[in-house]
Amino acid sequence: MRLLTFYQRTEKEILRDPLNAAFGIGFPVAVLLLLTVIQANIPVSLFAIERLSPGIAVFGFSFMTLFSATLVSKDRSGALLQRLYATPLKAKDYILGYILPMLPIAAAQSLVCFMAAVCLGLEVSANIVWAVLLGMPSAFFFIALGLLCGSIFNDKQVGGICGALLTNLAAWLSGTWFDLELVGGTFQKIADALPFVHAVELERAVIAGDFSGILPHLWWVLGYAAVTGAAAIFVFTHKMKHN
Amino acid sequence: MDAIETCDLTKKYKGLTAVDGLNLSVREGEIFSLLGVNGAGKTTTIKMLSCLTRPTSGNAFLYGKSILSDSQAVKNMIAVSPQETAVAPNLTVKENLELMAGVHSFSREKAGQKTKELSARFDLDQIAGKKAKKLSGGWQRRLSIAMALISQPQILYLDEPTLGLDVLARSDLWEMIRSLKGETTVILTTHYMEEAESLSDRVGVMKNGRLLFTGTPGEMKARAGTDKFEEAFIRLVKEEKQ
Repeated sequence: MRLLTFYQRTEKEILRDPLNAAFGIGFPVAVLLLLTVIQANIPVSLFAIERLSPGIAVFGFSFMTLFSATLVSKDRSGALLQRLYATPLKAKDYILGYILPMLPIAAAQSLVCFMAAVCLGLEVSANIVWAVLLGMPSAFFFIALGLLCGSIFNDKQVGGICGALLTNLAAWLSGTWFDLELVGGTFQKIADALPFVHAVELERAVIAGDFSGILPHLWWVLGYAAVTGAAAIFVFTHKMKHN
Repeated sequence: MDAIETCDLTKKYKGLTAVDGLNLSVREGEIFSLLGVNGAGKTTTIKMLSCLTRPTSGNAFLYGKSILSDSQAVKNMIAVSPQETAVAPNLTVKENLELMAGVHSFSREKAGQKTKELSARFDLDQIAGKKAKKLSGGWQRRLSIAMALISQPQILYLDEPTLGLDVLARSDLWEMIRSLKGETTVILTTHYMEEAESLSDRVGVMKNGRLLFTGTPGEMKARAGTDKFEEAFIRLVKEEKQ
């Protein structure tokens, strides 16, 4: 009951903020449209919809980090968490209550992105449903990263770090806008060591129906999700105890 | 019967002693005001009594339950209305009340009933569907206190409840706080001396983490040799300096 109450509260706080809808759904769809228009006017295949849409879906998840980090940091800086800390709610109620409601929102966001892609020429298939489902480990990683950042930084810092830095990192190092092999060298090594490109390649494999191609990318994403989740739980609980 | 009893309650932060060996008893159903200048240790005391901060040494018992070894039981009997208004901004007034009922594991029926009851008592009916962030400061504070009361706490901590409110909003809140007398033990911190004098059964004066005085407002004035409460407070605090 306690967890459900906190779950519903998080869900309402996120869904009722119009900026969240604008950035979480509107912006990725707008980028998808823009790049598809560009593709239609250039002779080379840079932004083919079946390769672009998985990248945009993952890019959209990066806004989940911003949403969850902003909510947690605002709760911390305001007095609401102080009030709630003095109630019988336990650490697990807070952590699950912040993370779980964001997962269906991320799934809906991903579905909207692929539906927009269908309108732009992506073939309708069951792979879209699999892509949404197999995108959830990536979504969990981004949401947990938000919980971690929100537990450490204030809401202004979160805006800069998660809003500007992370969304750019997630975009540039994901191989969505350009083939990372074209840059190569250290840049590609860094990108390969981070989860963003693996999250995109995982989704591309699923959309292409190449389920054997999801490995090793799925392991990378799951590994990052597990480590980030553990770090977020540790830091949030530590901060909660030390208030 | 004592609702709260502290035993040498102490909190130190990196060399600074915020609360220094506090021994205090608060009786059941009374309104007790903790007074002191900034940094006196009032908020730290409340944080320890509400299990938000662990004491460096000493202990406190709320209806016999230790804040150290039985914090879950303590959390079931207390509520806090913090200094800043503590409401969920995108939730409506009704939803904020239901949130607090839910975190105390009330059934849906009981949550609904308590929400109705508190809405009526605090005149929140008319704005039940309004988002908390759209309310004025006075209404937000009113909602904040209603949220604290929905769990039917035996002990309620009100940290600077009327800070920044206009005269009318403050007067309304005073009435609400007075109405709790006898049914809920209220610990109030405030910088407004007229508020403490008007509302409190007893007051405690803190300075540099230590308790200088406890007694009724009348006893405090008698002790300081003045018939003005604010003057009595100033004399007590300055006397300690000399």
